[in-house]
Amino acid sequence: MHKWLLQQIRVLSEKYNYLIHQLITTIQKPDNMAKTRKKEKITGAKALLYSLMEEEVETIFGYPGGAIMPIYNELYDIEEEKLNHILTRHEQGAAHAAQAYAMVTGKTGVCFATSGPGATNLITGIANAFLDSVPVVFITAQVNSTLIGSDAFQEVDILGISMPVTKWNYQIKQAEKIPEIISKAFYIAGSGRPGPVVIDITKDAQMQTLAFNYQKCTSLRSYNPNIPLNPANIESAAILINHARKPLILAGHGVLLSRAEKELMAFVEKTGIPVASTLLGLSAFPAKHPLYAGLLGMHGNYGPNIKTNEADLLIAIGMRFDDRVTGDLKRYATNANIIHIEIDRSELNKNVEVDIEINGDAKEALKALFDQVNASSYPEWLSEFKSCNKTENAKVIKQECYPSRGKIKMGEIVNLISEKTQGEAIIITDVGQHQMATARYYKFKNPNSLITSGGLGTMGFGLPAAIGAKVGKPDVPVIAFIGDGGFQMTIQELGTIFQYKLPVKIIILNNNFLGMVRQWQDMFFDKRYASTELVNPDFVKIAEGFDISAKRVIERETLEISIDEMLSCEKSFLLEIMVEKEGNIFPMIEPGSSVSEIKLC
Amino acid sequence: MQNIMKKEFTISLFTEHHIGILNQVTIIFTRRQINIESIAASASAVKGIHKLTIVVNTTEDMIDKVQRQLEKLIDVLKVFVHTNDKIIYQEIALYKVRTTELMTSNEIESIVRSSNARFLEITPEYVVIEKTGHKQDTTDLLNKLDPYGVLQFVRSGRIAITKQTKELMAYLKEMDEVNNYSK
Repeated sequence: MHKWLLQQIRVLSEKYNYLIHQLITTIQKPDNMAKTRKKEKITGAKALLYSLMEEEVETIFGYPGGAIMPIYNELYDIEEEKLNHILTRHEQGAAHAAQAYAMVTGKTGVCFATSGPGATNLITGIANAFLDSVPVVFITAQVNSTLIGSDAFQEVDILGISMPVTKWNYQIKQAEKIPEIISKAFYIAGSGRPGPVVIDITKDAQMQTLAFNYQKCTSLRSYNPNIPLNPANIESAAILINHARKPLILAGHGVLLSRAEKELMAFVEKTGIPVASTLLGLSAFPAKHPLYAGLLGMHGNYGPNIKTNEADLLIAIGMRFDDRVTGDLKRYATNANIIHIEIDRSELNKNVEVDIEINGDAKEALKALFDQVNASSYPEWLSEFKSCNKTENAKVIKQECYPSRGKIKMGEIVNLISEKTQGEAIIITDVGQHQMATARYYKFKNPNSLITSGGLGTMGFGLPAAIGAKVGKPDVPVIAFIGDGGFQMTIQELGTIFQYKLPVKIIILNNNFLGMVRQWQDMFFDKRYASTELVNPDFVKIAEGFDISAKRVIERETLEISIDEMLSCEKSFLLEIMVEKEGNIFPMIEPGSSVSEIKLC
Repeated sequence: MQNIMKKEFTISLFTEHHIGILNQVTIIFTRRQINIESIAASASAVKGIHKLTIVVNTTEDMIDKVQRQLEKLIDVLKVFVHTNDKIIYQEIALYKVRTTELMTSNEIESIVRSSNARFLEITPEYVVIEKTGHKQDTTDLLNKLDPYGVLQFVRSGRIAITKQTKELMAYLKEMDEVNNYSK
């Protein structure tokens, strides 16, 4: 009996011990720990990713390497639905893709690269985003803070290198700075005149720990992007508008960046003023609208260029009078008063002296102007544009878009695609002749549906930009027009399209030439075609290697059928179209000429 | 023609005290191909705000563009551009001369007296003379000392105080109000 009792006591105590043990392990389970996580310290790398999530980032384009490994190591633990990473084949590709993603979604793009060559490979992409005012936050890794300045392995002074092509840049050497600086980066990149920001984070800062606490940045004492409109300037602008007899609107990228398309439409429909567009302003105003006057600049439409020098009032909205738009400045807008609506004060009176500066957001300015302008119409002025269009149609467009004989022309391809997609696709271009043909002949309908490299004119932009656009807008058809030269500058991004099964449509307009340079050699260098002829590989075979359906078109008879096949294909597709070898893009304002000297052939 | 229109401007730049700010500022001058005649960096009267004083020779049109581009820099708070009549300005120069030269003639002493300069240090080997004034004044003294052998000469960048009555703090307050307005 005594023994039995002892036994029972032992069993009970063991059970009790087990229960206590169970209790302890339950308390220690991660689920119960989650509540206390916020007070727990996390690494700088994780803090960076949490900061991005606080900024509602969904997609990162990037490329790993030595110094950025702690960040990728933390990324490994975060589910794809929360933070999706697209691995490109070159950092330049990641930079362009992030920019295109930003342009189609209206969000700030994010791009990762490692130190040294990773960071320097971004520079073209950063400069491209800078010149076209697109918000992208570039995160570059840096060697350990103790090694900075010592020419350590893969160390470059990326702050110094990127300074002239960024809106802002900063180096983080302590983990606890990460949340604050990332919030500043997003605020600066996305506000005012948007632009790229580089944040360089040392490897030790990525690995140190901190207590994470995020607060969105909403103002900085040295930076004030929200400029209140000057009512007096709005009033005098309205007076000029109400008294103009030949007014013309020049719409730029700023209209799209401030999401002012509706306000522009309302303003235009009330005032009856025709709208011409810069290259980056395309798609801010529907091309089929009766008040759309066409593309400005070197290879723009005949009417808006000629009429720039006949207009008595130019209303420039979110554009910067780039030399490709103005031609010879001394003979630009010679008869016009100019109203310039622009958020960046340093652009006002920079290239062209204007009569009324409206320093502020395009959307706000158009809203304010709308109330003060009279409803009007300019039938005679519009008929002058119409007769210009007739001339251009007869001398250029007819042959370019509707040829019946000879080699396939770039214009007819773009025109066909425009009709078949009814202007609803997102169009990407590279840089060169095909870019001008696309800008001229695609009839854009929806805002932000043209992604092109404007200010920097970056060959190689097209293919990676198509990737970014497709990731940003998976439900909209994305069609990239690319030349045979530019395609080979970032051809490795076919690998990205393959890996992520991105249904991008690629159209190579192949003339076996660096066409735009050849055109200039033709016109200004006695046809001395120095290093512009390309001996190209078999693009169809290359595409096949990346499991991308591909077809080559040589004859006009099979063009339409092949385009249909491409458009109906649910996967990625590469269509190589052999075009006229020595076709030139016209009209053209030759360098140094005035807009009124635009040549039709 | 453009050279004739060139004038001397003094730029007062108020910035956040960040690493690299000087680099950001000079990039703008480099891109515009403007030579910096002198530059001085120091604290300002407002705590935490740094002041750069830069002297350049350029046209009025160009200085307007440069001013706007400088103000566009994120870490720059405010930029003022002044012609010389709108500021009180000063430079400081130091001259090192061999002591034997001073001993063998009375000339150096009388030059220093008449130039309103002063001896900063006298050792058996050398003397150091200090002169504050405009560039012309310090150059004049250099020319006068030159025959006696100037071992070293150095002149600081221009520092300037503006005659305007509205001070930086007033501008900062305005900017703050605009910031609050936009929220």
